[in-house]
Amino acid sequence: MKALRRILAILTKELLQLRRDRVTLAMVIMIPLIQLMLFGYAINTKVRDIPAALVDQSNSALGRVLAQTVEATQVVRFTEHYADIAAAEDAIREGRVRAAFIIPADLAQRVARSGSVRPELATPPATDRELSRPVAQWLVDASDTVIAGAIKGLRGMPLAELMREPVNRTVPTFAVALLFNPSQRTVVNIVPGLVGVILTMTMIMFTSAAIVRERERGNMEMLINTPVRPIELMIGKILPYVGIGLVQAGIILGLGHLVFAVPLYGSLLALACLTLVFIGASLSLGLVLSTIAKSQLQATQMTIFILLPSIMLSGFMFPYEGMPLAAQHIAEILPATHFIRAIRAVLLRDARLEDIQEDTLWLLGFMLIGLLLASLRFNKRLG
Amino acid sequence: MTAAADACAVSEAAADSDVAISARGLTRRFGDLIAVDALDLQIAPRSIYGFLGPNGCGKTTTVRMLTGLLTPSAGEVRVLGHRLPAEAEILKRNIGYMTQKFSLYEDLTVLENLRFVASVYGLEPHDAKSRIAELLGTYALEPLKHQRAGSMSGGQRQRLSLAAAILHRPALLFLDEPTSAVDPEHRRDFWERLFDLVDAGATILVSTHYMDEAERCHRLAILENGHKRADGSPAELMAAMGAHVLEVEGPYLRQTKTALTALPEILSAAQLGSRLRVLVRDRITEPERWLKELPVARDLTQIASVRPSLEDVFVTCTGQNRPQDQQREANEVAA
Repeated sequence: MKALRRILAILTKELLQLRRDRVTLAMVIMIPLIQLMLFGYAINTKVRDIPAALVDQSNSALGRVLAQTVEATQVVRFTEHYADIAAAEDAIREGRVRAAFIIPADLAQRVARSGSVRPELATPPATDRELSRPVAQWLVDASDTVIAGAIKGLRGMPLAELMREPVNRTVPTFAVALLFNPSQRTVVNIVPGLVGVILTMTMIMFTSAAIVRERERGNMEMLINTPVRPIELMIGKILPYVGIGLVQAGIILGLGHLVFAVPLYGSLLALACLTLVFIGASLSLGLVLSTIAKSQLQATQMTIFILLPSIMLSGFMFPYEGMPLAAQHIAEILPATHFIRAIRAVLLRDARLEDIQEDTLWLLGFMLIGLLLASLRFNKRLG
Repeated sequence: MTAAADACAVSEAAADSDVAISARGLTRRFGDLIAVDALDLQIAPRSIYGFLGPNGCGKTTTVRMLTGLLTPSAGEVRVLGHRLPAEAEILKRNIGYMTQKFSLYEDLTVLENLRFVASVYGLEPHDAKSRIAELLGTYALEPLKHQRAGSMSGGQRQRLSLAAAILHRPALLFLDEPTSAVDPEHRRDFWERLFDLVDAGATILVSTHYMDEAERCHRLAILENGHKRADGSPAELMAAMGAHVLEVEGPYLRQTKTALTALPEILSAAQLGSRLRVLVRDRITEPERWLKELPVARDLTQIASVRPSLEDVFVTCTGQNRPQDQQREANEVAA
């Protein structure tokens, strides 16, 4: 009973202090709001309108039609026009364009030859040097692999239109059914992940400063002289932020649904359980950092130390499966990895609580160990 | 265990009931620095006990060890019958501690701070309410109760700190330089409140570097470099000082002071406006006559013996352990 009263005392005090701290309170709302809008619109893994240079050595009507056909794919936009290849190469080096499209002087001949390829044969025989020559060439700044990949995608572009022939139906080798995100919108994948990233940032930031602040402001000497137990202090310190975390998750998912039409499948129970244990895990990680840090600056540095891999390795930006095994093991330590994997499962794939129980239990364990560790590390002595 | 040892243990426990704090060989080291060196203390209940000493003499370190905040490097401590550091957590419910620096929350109001302290100490809600109302009245905080602690004056904060420290009715109260941020009038007022608390049965341990404050204590210890130089009531300390106090007047006091401090029989000479306060070692039996016969006394217009003050006690007992320093200083002055 007295323990409960002490937890309540700490909790009330934290809430009062938070209420007085208008800037922090504003950030609680503004961080998820602005970042959701920013990333929701900005992050797009589908590349469009890459600035490119055009070198048309054929100088013919056919060349102009070919260039228009390429632009019509919306992958590139010809912003520069050059007479020779050297100038185009300079433009790539200087960064004015990311690629150059070179149409050779004998374009008409090449097109005619490739047109003679019978459509029922998918590719001309490799032994026929004349027939296997491409129509034109791309020079690409391949340092950005995403851009290089987009332009490589143009390699097999059909040219039937160019020869005023009806476009043949291409028969794909495989049929691909795009489940859960058929229109291939990046935002569908980004928004659930953003909950993980923003909660990692704000939750760890809040609590990593929690104990340090008491020390820096000189309240610690009074606090450790009271009968309050370390575990009571820790629980009282994290509880107000659980509410804040839920508000933030609500803002991101609610707006993500309204503005970006991100689907919210899955059970509310699974979502609530998962989000709660993730908030708890992040907060207790922050508390552990807070018992290590000697100043608020150090606490902030430690937060960023955790935040960066939580963005880069958690699967938020890049597919988890694409990383080397060692990096995957490191990512498994981070609460964000488990949360992002599970919340995508719940929201996008309608996973039930039992489908994500492994990640949920892992987060729960992480939270309990973190709380215990922080309480053990928190010494009620000055030395 | 033998019967004799048993009896001994019993008598020790019995003795504890009329001792609020007892410490033997209390020592604290920070690396190579010995902040508190083999301190022995016996502090009686229902009294005000003072630690007098300059900054860095070990006052705060001692207070922190006696509250259980710091683990002693060596020595035995019993506070209110609890052995430290083992029983520090039990002790915390029975002691109040007012830290040197204001340690309540500056962004909370007076009332919020007091409510926080009441709940953390586990006071029942109705009891907390009446106790807070009582303290707001006693410490003239009622009109300030909705003001944030950060916006209050030094004296107001000090009253709030004291109210918070005694909110849970501790039997023992530690005050670490409580009046350093307060003007003299408030200091006087503050001490009146401390005597009220003692009257109500509390024991108070206060550390200070103000002589006038030390003089108000029932008993005090003078600390220097972690050592206890003297222990007793202000009157006892003054009586046992080991020096005579004279006040002299004359036209060239600065020169007289230099000449006097050079003499081995003179412990110190300090100017107080138009007078010079001179401490003469008590091996000189008739200090007034002795001084008159000195060549330096030619210029003096008046020599009078006066009642010693606590500052004189402080000067004699902290100077005593450094005779070599004094000798060197004297030689330098003579040269």
